[in-house]
Amino acid sequence: MKLNLALAQINTRLGNIQVNLDKHITLARQAFQDGMDLLVFPELSLTGYILQDLVPTVSCRPGVEDPVFHHLLDASRDIDLVVGFVDEDARHRFYIASAYISRGEVIHVHHKVYLPTYGLFDEGRFFAPGDSVRAFDTRFGRFGMLICEDFWHASPPYILWQDGADMLLFSSASPGRGLTAEPKLESSAWVEHTNRAYASLFTVFVAHANRVGFEDGLNFWGGSTVFDPDGKLVAQAPYFEEALTKTEIDLNQLHRTRARLPLLRDERPELVQRELERILHGN
Amino acid sequence: MEINLSVDPELVRKILTEFIRSEITRVGFTRAVINLSGGIDSAVSFALAAEALGPQNVLAIRLPYKTSSADSLEHAQMLIDQFGCPSLTIPITEMVDALIAREPGMSEIRKGNIMARARMIVAYDQSEAFKGLVVGTGNKTEILLGYTTLYGDSACAINPIGDLYKTQVRHLARALKIPELIIAKPPSADLWAGQTDEGELGFTYAEVDQLLYLLVDQRYRPVEAVEAGFDEKFVRQVYERVRRNQFKRVLPPIAKLSSRTVGYDFLYLRDWGT
Repeated sequence: MKLNLALAQINTRLGNIQVNLDKHITLARQAFQDGMDLLVFPELSLTGYILQDLVPTVSCRPGVEDPVFHHLLDASRDIDLVVGFVDEDARHRFYIASAYISRGEVIHVHHKVYLPTYGLFDEGRFFAPGDSVRAFDTRFGRFGMLICEDFWHASPPYILWQDGADMLLFSSASPGRGLTAEPKLESSAWVEHTNRAYASLFTVFVAHANRVGFEDGLNFWGGSTVFDPDGKLVAQAPYFEEALTKTEIDLNQLHRTRARLPLLRDERPELVQRELERILHGN
Repeated sequence: MEINLSVDPELVRKILTEFIRSEITRVGFTRAVINLSGGIDSAVSFALAAEALGPQNVLAIRLPYKTSSADSLEHAQMLIDQFGCPSLTIPITEMVDALIAREPGMSEIRKGNIMARARMIVAYDQSEAFKGLVVGTGNKTEILLGYTTLYGDSACAINPIGDLYKTQVRHLARALKIPELIIAKPPSADLWAGQTDEGELGFTYAEVDQLLYLLVDQRYRPVEAVEAGFDEKFVRQVYERVRRNQFKRVLPPIAKLSSRTVGYDFLYLRDWGT
């Protein structure tokens, strides 16, 4: 089975949902015309990243009644979309969220579980952390979504793998940092290494949509990637520039890789559970 | 201990030219103005701005004082010719001397500060006239050491080189084809005859950049920097200098009274809405 996957490596307008929404709709239309099945946007693609006190002014409620999601759900009749937004729950807590929408419906919403609040990051000040990591079924198979810091921790990708995800959809707004003599920023090198590692260790597809542009002095480095279950790079967007990066994914690669390398078959989650029980509860 | 501060100039150039373009155009401008001293820092900021915006959109201003070295003026002109930007030469002697003359025996520091602030006034005046934003020229070393005049040479709309140590600015300068004699000459604020940065600071940029890299970027505690081979007195002196000059790196504190106060809990990026 083939999946035509596109990554929307975009810049965003900080706090201007209408402008960002228009860009989503335009790109969704273009990707559909180009024969794509799924288009993945970066973290907080509808709002911009360093929102600070803008958070409560840009939140959405994923569903047809929401004036923003209304348009996105319409667009999803042609092409599946992953969009990044601020989710405001019924009790008015705000989350950094990604929604997988397809054929006019919200299939799954992930709330970022790890909110970096150190160094240049201050997410914990403005957002509530999510409290679940779950895979979900799509018309192309079982997928999982994570947002930026979520995949700087090894456990969320592991949980999704064990929950049946064969395709990990990562989105981020990753500020570039770490200057050396190398032609690549340390942040870019780190993310590429870890994404390749997840693909290899879990024999899954890992697609990562990162954004570009600047917010004050912060640069977002782009370089969105797709790795296959062998850990091979199958697509990469340019660094620092907007791009619609399209690739055809052969989902049968899962069969071939796992026939050769049965890491999923041999994984022992009960052992992990037992040892975690011992570590956490002393029994 | 080997401390390598070299950078990949093409990567830095890419990020910094995109930064200049993004941060100037998103607020509705297409142009920049920059004070060209003839030194390496302003040469690098200038070259980046010219590349980012197109040379015709960058106004280079030369601002000599009567004691400024002839080399400074000449080196600035070399850059203007090389990059083909519009330029102005506005001597600051008259405006500066009018103030200095009011108080005979004024210290060199005060005179230097007056010159730096006079240049700021001209840059901001030309900013309005040319409809361009003022591009800053302060590097990370001088920002950390506070080796700058507050509201003088530190004043700008955006600063592309403020996260590069002086050593790294030199690397970048070569890639930007800044003339070697500008790169090689001893750095100087040129506020009085014979002044050099390294003479005034009491150490070289090569030394202090390595130490600052450990203290700031690598979060070494002072005692660990000493263990790594730096002289204890030097470490203490630099650490203290960085601490003492924090006031130059922040906006003036506002006394909080209300429930929402600018700077504390009224938090928006400058790029809000753009």
